Amino acid sequence: MDRNMSMTKVAMPEQEPDVRNKNFSEVALGYTKEMAMEEAARCLNCKHKPCMDGCPVNVPIPGFIEKVAAGDFEAAYEIITSENALPAICGRVCPQENQCEGKCVRGIKGEPVAIGRLERFVADYHMANAAASSVDIKKNGKKVAVVGSGPAGITCAGELIKKGYEVTVFEALHKAGGVLSYGIPEFRLPKDLVAREIETVEKLGVKIETNVIIGRSVTIDELMEQGYEAVFVGSGAGLPRFLNIPGENLLGVYSANEFLTRVNLMKAYKFPEAPTPIKVGKRVAVVGAGNVAMDAARTAKRLGAEEVYIVYRRSEEELPARAEEVHHAKEEGIIFKLLNNPCAIHGKDGWVTGMEVIKQELGEPDESGRRSPKPVEGSNYIIDVDTVVIAIGQSPNPLIRQTTPGLDTQKWGGIIVDEETMKTSKDGVYAGGDTVTGAATVILAMGAGKKAAKAIDEYLSR
Amino acid sequence: MYKIVSKETLNSAVELMEIEAPFVAAKCEAGQFIIVRVDEDGERIPLTIADYDREKNTVTIIYQIVGYSTEKLAKKKAGEYVEDFVGPLGQPAPLHKCGHVIGVAGGVGSAPLYPQLRKLHDMGVKVDVIIGGRSQEFVILKDKFEKFCDNVYIATDDGSMGTKGFVTTVLQELIDKGEKFDEVIAIGPLIMMKNVVNVTKPLDIPTFVSLNPIMIDGTGMCGGCRVTVGGETKFACVDGPDFDGFLVDFDECMKRQGMFKEEEHTCKLEG
Repeated sequence: MDRNMSMTKVAMPEQEPDVRNKNFSEVALGYTKEMAMEEAARCLNCKHKPCMDGCPVNVPIPGFIEKVAAGDFEAAYEIITSENALPAICGRVCPQENQCEGKCVRGIKGEPVAIGRLERFVADYHMANAAASSVDIKKNGKKVAVVGSGPAGITCAGELIKKGYEVTVFEALHKAGGVLSYGIPEFRLPKDLVAREIETVEKLGVKIETNVIIGRSVTIDELMEQGYEAVFVGSGAGLPRFLNIPGENLLGVYSANEFLTRVNLMKAYKFPEAPTPIKVGKRVAVVGAGNVAMDAARTAKRLGAEEVYIVYRRSEEELPARAEEVHHAKEEGIIFKLLNNPCAIHGKDGWVTGMEVIKQELGEPDESGRRSPKPVEGSNYIIDVDTVVIAIGQSPNPLIRQTTPGLDTQKWGGIIVDEETMKTSKDGVYAGGDTVTGAATVILAMGAGKKAAKAIDEYLSR
Repeated sequence: MYKIVSKETLNSAVELMEIEAPFVAAKCEAGQFIIVRVDEDGERIPLTIADYDREKNTVTIIYQIVGYSTEKLAKKKAGEYVEDFVGPLGQPAPLHKCGHVIGVAGGVGSAPLYPQLRKLHDMGVKVDVIIGGRSQEFVILKDKFEKFCDNVYIATDDGSMGTKGFVTTVLQELIDKGEKFDEVIAIGPLIMMKNVVNVTKPLDIPTFVSLNPIMIDGTGMCGGCRVTVGGETKFACVDGPDFDGFLVDFDECMKRQGMFKEEEHTCKLEG
């Protein structure tokens, strides 16, 4: 076939910014078959495959793209899913620019191959067209428990069930999916898609028990006593951080977790049809600039806020969110107030009336390698807002470390593991995802779940 | 799905349900709570555990019918199921072995108070209780408290039972008469708990209160339930729900309780 030497990616159809910032339907609409084949023809099929080095789960990228270019989408799906259990999700939420696409040779001059869009296309095509295949798995009679049904837990469970283990996933909320369900909004990751990816794992035989809080309903030691021979902890980083500035308990101040959970998990955007409410004022400040902050800002806009600000203490260059999210947010009219750090939230009669910020300038790089912001004396001013959403990160929930003797953790709460095997200090207990790394990405959590599954299999096959 | 094993009407606004929930029944302690979701599209409602039976695998909840979701819960009958029931959540109540404790309950606050006082009694503590309600009808669990409390005092707004007045009126009278209490546990509306603390704090009688703020997940994830205790922000769901009453910022709690007042109204109208 002819190589496509265009310097730019085949554009992906999207809802118009001014239309989509008023609805919760998915923003990006995905490639057609023709678009996918045209984009796939941009891949040079390099021998040294630099893109694969950038993928935390080692998807054989040039291999699947070659199949897409040839129009054999099912074969492409087989290749992706040999390494990645949740392709429809990764295609949508991975920070490709720092991973596969960041290493793509085509990116040196022009845009890299749109690997994320192609992965998404293949997964969506398979969901829409393929009949469910039944897999014959030989059971080995050994039981493994997985704590948390987010990306780490689901991946680990999926891998283990294929190896013949009997796997039960325990989920604290009423719905499986972890951050995919409560955190990432519908317009970026449709929830029926998450449900279908989870169903796929359930069809393989994974049992998911919702409403069970490990550390409260039952402890890890008790699970071991009940016959689970190994436990994987993928309980995420669920505890929201606050700024610890005056006024944070005023009405109208939310953690991003609360704001997004109300909307995503509890469907508050359908209130009063859904009984859980959300209140979003006319002017909203979101503090932070990661993916969660972008999600909260774009959600606030969709809920009818007139002006939505991203307030971030560093500059454009340090923005931690995925490039596409920043781009989409700007298109949708989100206002970026960079080099501004909140120092107080002001209120009247208990409700937020404004957020006081102090301007920042960048100094020397700090331990994270990013230039650290320093306040500009006397530059304080008040942004007139009635709602504040704090999106400056999450820490691991302390429940498991408090109730599992022998499990070593970092000072900040993360579970300590051997990075090769994800083994913790406690025999038979493995951990991965945000509970180990602190808030990170879906794909890193999946990579950890996969590594742990391999190590658990080795441990139980001794 | 969790089976409603039995259901009882306690008065025109308050009902009791015994629900089969093995994980919760096996582990729960006095002071902890659960979250129930009535059906597929339901809200998550936090309710303090009123009783449990480890052999029957059941947990008892007592709820006041106050809005859309509790009305939906009230429509369920014995033998039917609720969609979700998760727990136990929160810390067990900090119960201490001491000489003499008095519990003070306002309305449906009797429900969470009951297992705490019973446990104290089992620990060998002498326990009394003051139960308050708008009228006789709203005084609940009196018989149950009478089984182990040395004294059961009643206060009603209209005087239809016991002393006419507030629970704090009775508490003040007992103290004035020279009754000595080592600790007070007050559970009820925020204003009642605040007023109890106003009585006990000047006398330095340690007082514990149980908070039930707005929350979503109940596991520390949303932070909606934050309260200021001793100048520090705490999450009622994981640090509480029981706190040292002397340190709780009740005024802030009362304001935060009103966050969705308008929406609650809308929801009720639509429902």
